[in-house]
Amino acid sequence: MTKSNKGLTFFTVNEIEGSLLECESVVGIGYGELVKIITKDGKEKTGQVIDVSDKMTVIQLFENTSGLNIKSIGIRFTGDTIKLPVSMDMFGRIFSGVGKPIDNGPDIIPEDYLDVHAATINPYSRLHPTKVIQTGISVIDGLNTLLLGQKLPLLSGAGMPHKRLASQIVSQARVPETDEQFTIVFAAMGITSDEMVLFRNDFLKMDAINRVVMFINLAEDPAIERLLTPRFALTAAEYLAFQHDHHVLVIMVDVTNYCEALREISASRLEIPGRRGYPGYMYTDLAMLYERAGIIRGKKGSITMIPILTMPDDDVTHPIADLTNYITEGQIILDRSMFKRGIYPPIDPLICLSRLMDKGIGLNKTREDHKQLSDQLYYAYAEGKTVQETAMVSGEKALTNTDKLYLKFMERFEKEFINQGYYENRDIETTLNIGWDLLSILPESELARIDPEILNKFHPNYLK
Amino acid sequence: MTETTIGTLSRIAGSFVTAKGMLNAKMFELVKVGEVGIIGEIIRISGNTSIIQAYEETEGIKLGEKIIGTGKPLSVELGPGLMGQILDGIQRPLPLIADKIGPWIEKGIEVPAIDRNKKWQFQPIISKGAKVTSGDILGVVQETPSIENRIMVPPEIVGVVESICSEGDFTVTEPIAEIKTSNGIKEVLMMQTWPVRQARPYKTMLHIDTPLITGQRIIDSFFPVAKGGIIAVTGGFGTGKTVLLQTIAVWIDADIIVYIGCGERGNEMADVLERFTHLKRTDSDHPLLSRSVLIANTSNMPILAREASIYSGITIAEYYRDMGYNVAIMADSTSRWAEALREISGRLEEMPGEEGYPAYLSSRLAEYYSRAGSIKTLGTKDREGSITVLSAISPPGGDFSEPVTRNTLQLAKVFWALDFNLAHRRHYPAVNWFMSYSEYTSFLEDWFLRVDRDWQKLCGDARALLREEEELKEIVALIGADILGDKQRGVFELAKMLKEYFLMQSAYHPVDVYCPIQKTFKMLRTLLKFNEKISTAIDSGVPLQKILALPVKVGISRMKIVPSNEFDSVNAKLTADMDEQFEVLIQEAREEKNND
Repeated sequence: MTKSNKGLTFFTVNEIEGSLLECESVVGIGYGELVKIITKDGKEKTGQVIDVSDKMTVIQLFENTSGLNIKSIGIRFTGDTIKLPVSMDMFGRIFSGVGKPIDNGPDIIPEDYLDVHAATINPYSRLHPTKVIQTGISVIDGLNTLLLGQKLPLLSGAGMPHKRLASQIVSQARVPETDEQFTIVFAAMGITSDEMVLFRNDFLKMDAINRVVMFINLAEDPAIERLLTPRFALTAAEYLAFQHDHHVLVIMVDVTNYCEALREISASRLEIPGRRGYPGYMYTDLAMLYERAGIIRGKKGSITMIPILTMPDDDVTHPIADLTNYITEGQIILDRSMFKRGIYPPIDPLICLSRLMDKGIGLNKTREDHKQLSDQLYYAYAEGKTVQETAMVSGEKALTNTDKLYLKFMERFEKEFINQGYYENRDIETTLNIGWDLLSILPESELARIDPEILNKFHPNYLK
Repeated sequence: MTETTIGTLSRIAGSFVTAKGMLNAKMFELVKVGEVGIIGEIIRISGNTSIIQAYEETEGIKLGEKIIGTGKPLSVELGPGLMGQILDGIQRPLPLIADKIGPWIEKGIEVPAIDRNKKWQFQPIISKGAKVTSGDILGVVQETPSIENRIMVPPEIVGVVESICSEGDFTVTEPIAEIKTSNGIKEVLMMQTWPVRQARPYKTMLHIDTPLITGQRIIDSFFPVAKGGIIAVTGGFGTGKTVLLQTIAVWIDADIIVYIGCGERGNEMADVLERFTHLKRTDSDHPLLSRSVLIANTSNMPILAREASIYSGITIAEYYRDMGYNVAIMADSTSRWAEALREISGRLEEMPGEEGYPAYLSSRLAEYYSRAGSIKTLGTKDREGSITVLSAISPPGGDFSEPVTRNTLQLAKVFWALDFNLAHRRHYPAVNWFMSYSEYTSFLEDWFLRVDRDWQKLCGDARALLREEEELKEIVALIGADILGDKQRGVFELAKMLKEYFLMQSAYHPVDVYCPIQKTFKMLRTLLKFNEKISTAIDSGVPLQKILALPVKVGISRMKIVPSNEFDSVNAKLTADMDEQFEVLIQEAREEKNND
């Protein structure tokens, strides 16, 4: 009943509109099937079937359609869905958004071809993350700890140093319980050529290039390719993690560009727009990417994910940021006012969260005081901010003596705990100790979130 | 079950497929699409073509492949073997799928929800010749160590027991009884099926008068849950909805828990599964899973199954309710469910309503929530059961005026507003005490009076104190703190104590995680007594600084971590100490005055 049309070329295109081709249907076309478009001069372009009926087939082209002529283009159905050729030779290489080498090197010799739309991980087969990744950055390690297998986005705004921060994490992060560094899969979507060079140089400088696989979709590349970039990258990550036992850190930059492409393609398909013109299925679409992070029972590798997105207008309620936060396990948000005050990394812990943190910290994991210390630092910093607001409205006279101590705490906390150098790699012990030093500014009676036993053991007043 | 080819595929566009030659198609009939057999539902019929909503990705499905009809709408299997299961939104058992094909779910995989081979020990409790009607119990099966499954006469069967099996081991598909009805003899199996979008019948709805105690102080005292009630847990991301809901799932005094992870995170779901599998309550020898059914449809699993998941869940809840159990069903989150609805509606090119949600959002929500309640079941003998529905809502940007929150609040009687500001300070549960409410409080009066005759006054005074603090804060913000007298400073101090020592509760502390209702009220009484004492002491001229330095304050701060069996004696000592220490202070103040 069904047969494949593999190898046959059809000249049945009726219409070209934007990046969509419409042609007559032939028996046995599959939905989502990969299609080769052969132009008059023998060049090949690729596309995918996005709608197929008895009468007609709509093909989404992955490249632009300029110069195509209805009469002369041939269509060849491949009978296959989109796949990424994978091999261990991918390290150090740069691929385009659709998995083609763009570093002038040879094609890789594939060990396997993997479907880029991976099947869903059975939630029953997942192992809950419990191991802490030390990033060497206090505000992350101390207050918003990242765990192996977690997906934790960096939410930033235009002009803020999120890329620098990502580089620092790549260079400092170590796989828990070993001193090994992560295997990095880097998915760039809609970045500029100079940014690509920057990242590459960074990786070269930190001697990381041989453990990096890069998938680059540049700003000038077609929007549809941008939608495939993270899928190709994640397929590579899954191959490395679950077939070759690597601990993979996936960096995706910039998810905002990805979502813009999603909106563009959706509009070109005349779909009904949802919030702010983004398609209604954006949540599910993003979930399909983010949920590919994790640890699987019985597999040695893991995928940890740091998606980076720039929030339009620094607006955290913007659909891209909002939906991301509802899928990822927390968020690290870069704060404009801290950035202006010259604090690096400009991370305001109050609006950040690591949902998995509590599972990874504490006795035998990081240190027994970690949870309570972090809760107390949170409370004190929040209190400091409130005091600062009061002081701004009604002046210093409105402050009690304790209020003034909170203010002092807040200022030093920003300067000494949050702020650190680009090359400064603090271990968790150091981070926690800085936290204690700062808490000692406050009277002990204010440290209500800390049990007396912990206080006696770690508070500087009791240390010899 | 009759499965026949009823048509062929003529169009595939995303998750919607069109099939022709579908003369025998029925609206909402469940079908299998294509060679791989993806599950779908018929949602539109015109002439001999039908539009089918596929429950999984259609990638790779080809034109001309066949459609197989199952003859019935999306249904769930109900019978022994459900308890302790972990299912997806359309009731496929996830552990069995993992055993069968590994850690990734491939499309078209078919595994029955209830094990067909497993034998259950059936014990009849009715004999031949008995007159029975729908809902009557024919016999029982010990489904798990904690739950006895009561095998009921399925709905719409009335008659005389023609034969019934004696005690023995049977599979769920073996007939255990025959009933002679006016339409001939009907066989009864231990398993029945029920269409998920149709509420199971019951006799009458009962009045709400009993709370379900959650062990969370702020909830049990200020915003209680009623048995058979509807509760909305609302808050933006990071406000602790999931942790609160999970903690309640463990501790709420319902017989059975149905927990639905609806469009949420895979890692979080893994955590829930792990907790339910290993966690035992102090009052039970068996893990929570032995009295729970989990439904996991994470955000990356098929969206249509997500939409169906809450109906699958509530049908399972109704099944156990009909046996006479109190069931609590939790859906995390209904916003994700509503988004699924919106996505499907968008793909069907329906006219969008507010914020793109379909206009029928509110009626769909009503269909779900109206299945909550405390009821008298079908059957000759009276039996009572209940379903309490708790739903997490995640409004975009934390904005409570959005359609899902608003429409839910039309139906829910309890609203827990989770607050960003509290969460930022790591004050959990971040239930905002000004915005939240429970309309059940007045229905539950009699029950609470039996626990503590002063409960209304205690809660009222505590909330008045929090209000007073809020008003004072506004004044301070305008004219500064230096105008405050000791009395007002006392209000601030006590409000802070109330928040830190009473309202805040740790989900990770072994004792604090659950607070018995008696202890909750006693703690409140002690705190308020401290408040009164402060008042009298300040009136007698004692400076606030001295009061705050009293050793008894430390005792009060640690009340929440005193195990409940020691609490009464600790509390008695605390109150006695309090009296004594205040007496000393007042005495000192008097002497000082006299010396002047």
